[in-house]
Amino acid sequence: MKKVNRIFTVIVFIFLYIPMIVLAVASFNKGMDIAVFQGFTLNQYRELFRDDDLLRLLGNSLIIAVISSLIATVLGTVASLGIHSMRGRLRSAVMALTNIPMTNPDIVTGVSLALLFAFTGVLLRINSVLGFWTLLIAHITFSLPYVILNVMPKLAQMDPDLTEAALDLGCTPVQAFFKVVLHEIMPGILSGALMAFTMSLDDFVISYFVTGSGFVTLPVEIYSYTKKPIQPKVYAMFTLIFVAILLLMVTMNLLQARDSSKKLRRKEAHR
Amino acid sequence: MKRKWLSGPYVLWMVLFTLIPLGVVVYYALTDSVTGAFTLSNLANFANYWPIFLRSIWLSIFATLICLLIGYPVAYFIAHCKPSAQRLLQMLIMLPMCISFLLRTLAWVALLEDTGIINNFLTSIGLSPLPLIRNNGAVILGMVYNYLPYMILPLFTVIMKIDPRLIEAAEDLGCNSRQVFSKVVLPLSVPGIVSGITMVFVPAVSTFYISQKLGSPGTILIGDVIESQFKAAYNPNLGAALSLVLMVLIFICVWIMNRFTNEDDEESMVTL
Amino acid sequence: MSQELIRLTSLVMEFDGERVLDSINLYINDKEFLTLLGPSGCGKTTTLRVIGGFLTPTSGDVLFDGKRMNDVPAYRRKINTVFQRYALFPHLDVYDNIAFGLRIAKLNEQEIDERVTEMLEIVSLKGFENRKVTSLSGGQQQRVAIARALVNRPKVLLLDEPLGALDLRLRKDMQNELKRIQQAMGITFIYVTHDQEEALTMSDTIVVMDKGKIQQIGRPEDIYNEPKNAFVADFIGESNILDGIMLEDYKVKFFGRVFACVDKGFEKNEPVDVVIRPEDIDIVSAEEGHLCGTVTSVTFKGVHYDTIVDFKGFKWLIQTTDFCPEGSYIGIRLNPEDIHIMHKSEYSGMFGDYSSYSAEYDEIADAEGSEDEA
Repeated sequence: MKKVNRIFTVIVFIFLYIPMIVLAVASFNKGMDIAVFQGFTLNQYRELFRDDDLLRLLGNSLIIAVISSLIATVLGTVASLGIHSMRGRLRSAVMALTNIPMTNPDIVTGVSLALLFAFTGVLLRINSVLGFWTLLIAHITFSLPYVILNVMPKLAQMDPDLTEAALDLGCTPVQAFFKVVLHEIMPGILSGALMAFTMSLDDFVISYFVTGSGFVTLPVEIYSYTKKPIQPKVYAMFTLIFVAILLLMVTMNLLQARDSSKKLRRKEAHR
Repeated sequence: MKRKWLSGPYVLWMVLFTLIPLGVVVYYALTDSVTGAFTLSNLANFANYWPIFLRSIWLSIFATLICLLIGYPVAYFIAHCKPSAQRLLQMLIMLPMCISFLLRTLAWVALLEDTGIINNFLTSIGLSPLPLIRNNGAVILGMVYNYLPYMILPLFTVIMKIDPRLIEAAEDLGCNSRQVFSKVVLPLSVPGIVSGITMVFVPAVSTFYISQKLGSPGTILIGDVIESQFKAAYNPNLGAALSLVLMVLIFICVWIMNRFTNEDDEESMVTL
Repeated sequence: MSQELIRLTSLVMEFDGERVLDSINLYINDKEFLTLLGPSGCGKTTTLRVIGGFLTPTSGDVLFDGKRMNDVPAYRRKINTVFQRYALFPHLDVYDNIAFGLRIAKLNEQEIDERVTEMLEIVSLKGFENRKVTSLSGGQQQRVAIARALVNRPKVLLLDEPLGALDLRLRKDMQNELKRIQQAMGITFIYVTHDQEEALTMSDTIVVMDKGKIQQIGRPEDIYNEPKNAFVADFIGESNILDGIMLEDYKVKFFGRVFACVDKGFEKNEPVDVVIRPEDIDIVSAEEGHLCGTVTSVTFKGVHYDTIVDFKGFKWLIQTTDFCPEGSYIGIRLNPEDIHIMHKSEYSGMFGDYSSYSAEYDEIADAEGSEDEA
């Protein structure tokens, strides 16, 4: 049974990675057609680094991802502290509010924000308010719940006496947060920030509705390729991004593995 | 000292950028696109799109069920690996999600096209090409591919948390391995199943790119219709009305699903 | 020794309309070891948290040296706490945990080092400076928690069931150690526990609490020998509690017989509760006894036998080193000083009957008692 399951899992993983392989192979293809491999070349990569437009789009995506995830992380962490101290109806109300963007389909979130911005445009008598700021607002909005849902469990796990112990030893509430609580919930904050960052970098649907002609992110630009043929250097770019994320994840994984094996050893030594 | 006020800015933000926008959607849905007067015609128009709604629902229910059938054994397998292997496999599940889903869908187009990679291969070994693209099957495949990780991860989290002593207890009380699964493991994975189904069904039913690339004009989904109201036909009022219906529909589905679990929705599975 | 340090006056604490503390009046002297004793949910931890500044009382006052402290936050009180589950900071090592309070107070590193080193010696943890607190055993964590609090030289140390998580042997050692530290440092300890033996061993003064009210305040001997009501009599040690009538000073009647006693000051013919400690009862032959009954169960307890004797349907617990087999008919004698008389209270009739006694009784009661307080 276990063996069958293992083979099945391998097949599913191959299924998940087939498109990646197709993209990676296409990035080394001499020809323009993704489906026909016409010989190996590194030309696409050379092309990529000469293409200022493409790099600028990537830069736009990164700028939005960094700023939005930073703001969402700070705002969300502070909010989590507040929600953590709430009880009863108030808490469920705030959590329901948090769950709206989570359960709402992206397209509805995108449409609703687009309409809000259109409406504000009408009120302010501006032709279009869409651009960097609307994109940033949208990204912060859909990232916030991820931060909160990652930080809240860490707060719940934390021994509530720790805060009191810090106060007892003379910390002001603010000092207690920075000297004690922050350390305890850091893993949650980091994974929340990481999720916010990748969601933002990856987002197409919501960005598509709130982006203006002035400031476009990479995924939105790729969507416009439906109308024109896609350039193989885009494959090259995503192959590089894929490799970069792979390396990042492997490093994190190794660090984590080392950390937990250390903990395990300490536990055993203690016994 | 009221700590709960710390969430003030957040609540304000969420009210401004999620609650009020939903209000604006309702406002647009109930007003005429030209005169701005109150009207129910946008909502009434929804009847014309009923077949498309139904198709979206059917295709995504199919895709969700396939995800569950594929995802459960995989999640079960990962949950029973060593912790180091677990982390690695979990990471490998998430990794594809970091690449734009548009490109991954385009890669499937390259694979499935009439003159695509698979058909080229088939012809090269002397077989006749297959109609792999521009049908419902291709759309379902696209959905399953894109949203499968959203099924596996919550299932994995829940299965991993099942106390192994419970399984031993069940064996001790005379369950064979099949009974252990059906009487203990499966019931305890219900929260993961529910959250996985929600996390696959919601984006699948509202998608608008997959169907454009992998489907045919005859298989457009409600997401495509909404998108075109904003980007092509420019009738945001109709688009708003359709979004509203879609949203209500999904909220009803999620609400029904959540009745299957009495868990707090707060700690749902959306954590790394 | 008896200079007053802390005073609580008609303290009331309510959570969501539920009264957790009901008009608590209490004063605590300098250098005193005071124990708040009671079952879980009696309000002892709440009282401690009010003193520590983690809770603001609904009404009533907290006075330190005669100054009202109600609104002074925890971090401005010259008080430190040893928490129930220690609450050591997991991201800091032993040294940094102990130095935490001194660093907050911005002492210079040299002085911090001196004081931390001195403290490590006092709690016998020298050489553990750089250990992770998570790698320590329960007893060691306990010592770090005590050191972390004491290094700030507080005037008062609050201890919330600090020994609850330790096993029996370690608990006994730590009891002695705590008492030693308290005397060596000469500061006030306010100690919360549900363990009556612990309270009797360590305290100068015991405050017995139940249902948010103080039931009795006194020295351990007084609490044990002169319980004020059936609750205290039952909670501290074992007691047989019977209905009686106080005929006049030094004369009480129960089981239809008049006994001499040492209590006075009751109304004539006042109905009272009579307490007889199981270890005070002398077993004699049936002919010589003031009362006679049949042994219904005998349990060996190590130093003594728990013997249950049925007197006309009312079962008594007698702790004796003499073995009386089940079913034997025996007599007992009561000396005047073995009989303690209490006024009737809301607790009358609730305790002191061993009719449903079983050998597991103690363990069940212990398990209930050790649950965390809400």
